[in-house]
Amino acid sequence: MKLRPFRTAVLGLSLLIPAALVAVVLFLVVYSGQAMQFNGLHFLTDVTWNLGDLYDDPVTVKGIQVPSGAEYGILAFIAGTLASSFLAILIAVPLAIGTAIFLAEAVPELERSARRTIPWLPPIRPVLSMLVELVAVVPSVVFGLWGIAVLIPFLGHHVSPTGNGYGLLAAAIVLALMITPIIASTLLDALSQVPKENRESAFALGSTHFEVVTKAMMPMVRATLIGGIVLALGRALGETMAVLMVSGGGINILPTSLFSPISTIASFIVSQLDSAESDPTNMSVRALSEIALVLFLITLAVNAGAKLLSSGALNVRKRN
Amino acid sequence: MSASAINHTGGALALRRKITSIIGWVGCGLGLALVILPLLDIVGVVTVNGIAAINWDLFTKNTGGAALGMKNAIEGTFIITIFAMAIAVPIGVGAGIYLSEYGKNKLGSTIRFLSDVLTGTPSVVLGYFSYIVFIISFGWGFSLAAAAITIAILIVPYLARITELALTQVPNTMREAAFALGSNDATVVFKVVLPAAASGVITGALLALAISVGETAPLIYTAGWSDYAWSGKFTHSPVAYLTYVIWTFIDQPDAHSHSLAYAAAFLVMMVVLAINIGVRLTVRRK
Repeated sequence: MKLRPFRTAVLGLSLLIPAALVAVVLFLVVYSGQAMQFNGLHFLTDVTWNLGDLYDDPVTVKGIQVPSGAEYGILAFIAGTLASSFLAILIAVPLAIGTAIFLAEAVPELERSARRTIPWLPPIRPVLSMLVELVAVVPSVVFGLWGIAVLIPFLGHHVSPTGNGYGLLAAAIVLALMITPIIASTLLDALSQVPKENRESAFALGSTHFEVVTKAMMPMVRATLIGGIVLALGRALGETMAVLMVSGGGINILPTSLFSPISTIASFIVSQLDSAESDPTNMSVRALSEIALVLFLITLAVNAGAKLLSSGALNVRKRN
Repeated sequence: MSASAINHTGGALALRRKITSIIGWVGCGLGLALVILPLLDIVGVVTVNGIAAINWDLFTKNTGGAALGMKNAIEGTFIITIFAMAIAVPIGVGAGIYLSEYGKNKLGSTIRFLSDVLTGTPSVVLGYFSYIVFIISFGWGFSLAAAAITIAILIVPYLARITELALTQVPNTMREAAFALGSNDATVVFKVVLPAAASGVITGALLALAISVGETAPLIYTAGWSDYAWSGKFTHSPVAYLTYVIWTFIDQPDAHSHSLAYAAAFLVMMVVLAINIGVRLTVRRK
């Protein structure tokens, strides 16, 4: 076989991507090794995250040096992550379905009838769908800023019984805003691919336009919709800055109400930089590495699920 | 059975269908409004407060000392982005070339899949990985090198996939014509395929740029923070960046810090939105 230097070179560059991924997993696993040994399964089942006394002499447990009194349990963060993400999905799904249906079906109709009276009307639908897409590109930290400036005071004055707006609900609302465009654009794409025959036969049977959408079109795109929801869930689970800024940063306590202060796994990692820097035994850095690994595995599982679902969705469309 | 009874129930049913339909459309419209109105509010709040906070000091003074400006953060974001792009563009475009031109095989699909996994990895995990590797194991300390490499890892998969997408749109006949004239692999790619797909590749690079300007989480554990201008060293020298100003200064009690946070948010948002709107408008025109 002839040596092909150019092909080999670009292959080498593309192999850097898997290499980076392998390096991420490898380093997280190796670095969290001692933490796994020290924590055992308590890591996932304990609520308390206690760095121990960083100024006292370290003690040796199971042959590992740790600050005295240290214990690392992330159940509260897992609960905070799941609660905020699922609540966000609960808010985002109806919003996204409404958005997609309105953009796909109502806006073209409204545009047509409006153009009869105002012929020079500029196209509206592309502008509206671009606005929806733009929601997804606003940086997370800007969402957080808006949360602090607008959402938190609003929740504090009008919704929260304690007058404090920070907490689970605020995190879920901000997350919902960030992920709605993901679900909406997936659904919009799928709706535009529903065969014309299906719509027309539903109309011919005397359905109202809304019935055509809900009874003839939505059932056909259900699988794609679920794929989009799972994809959005993956994004919500790993979202960091916006959640960090509005969630109240609760630790060592499981959320009990919509206004409980929470931390998610991602936001907790960021908030622990200082303690990681000050632990002489490095144990908290190792425990944080373990928590990052847990987050990686959760998002990996969710994203893989989304992938499987959307490949299944393609098959459904082919069968039609 | 009298015909009038049937008519009556038929009328009630028709009315119910009509009402359901109206409620349904209104509900859908409300959904759209609840997505777009917060965006407009975000842009409005940040723009109004941001423009009010903009003055000459922001661009000429550092956050250190009296914290009058944020020249250090503007420079830092600029430098981190430049170096991240310098690392990521050759790798991402090269990987995209492989995937599009030679990657229609098992190895190609594996790389594609792992690239998607890397895209789906939360950016804070990548940041923490870099902290372990570069800051602790390599002993670089918070530094430009660690920050730029982390952002590069974050955007390479995007670049690769967008480049691949752009290159696969180039008709095969162009490649065949070039090969028939005796060109080798590199000539075909650089003289024929890449120029034909240039707009797509540039689009990808711009979107990657927007991502790197707006990121925060991966930088917290890698760039650190410095109240002064970047020292010019790649390691052992923390770097300031704009998104840090947003998330820490908004939590300060004084109004001046808040106005710095809004000014930073305004700059970041304008860059990100301008790139994204520009890309969408030019892509649609074709």
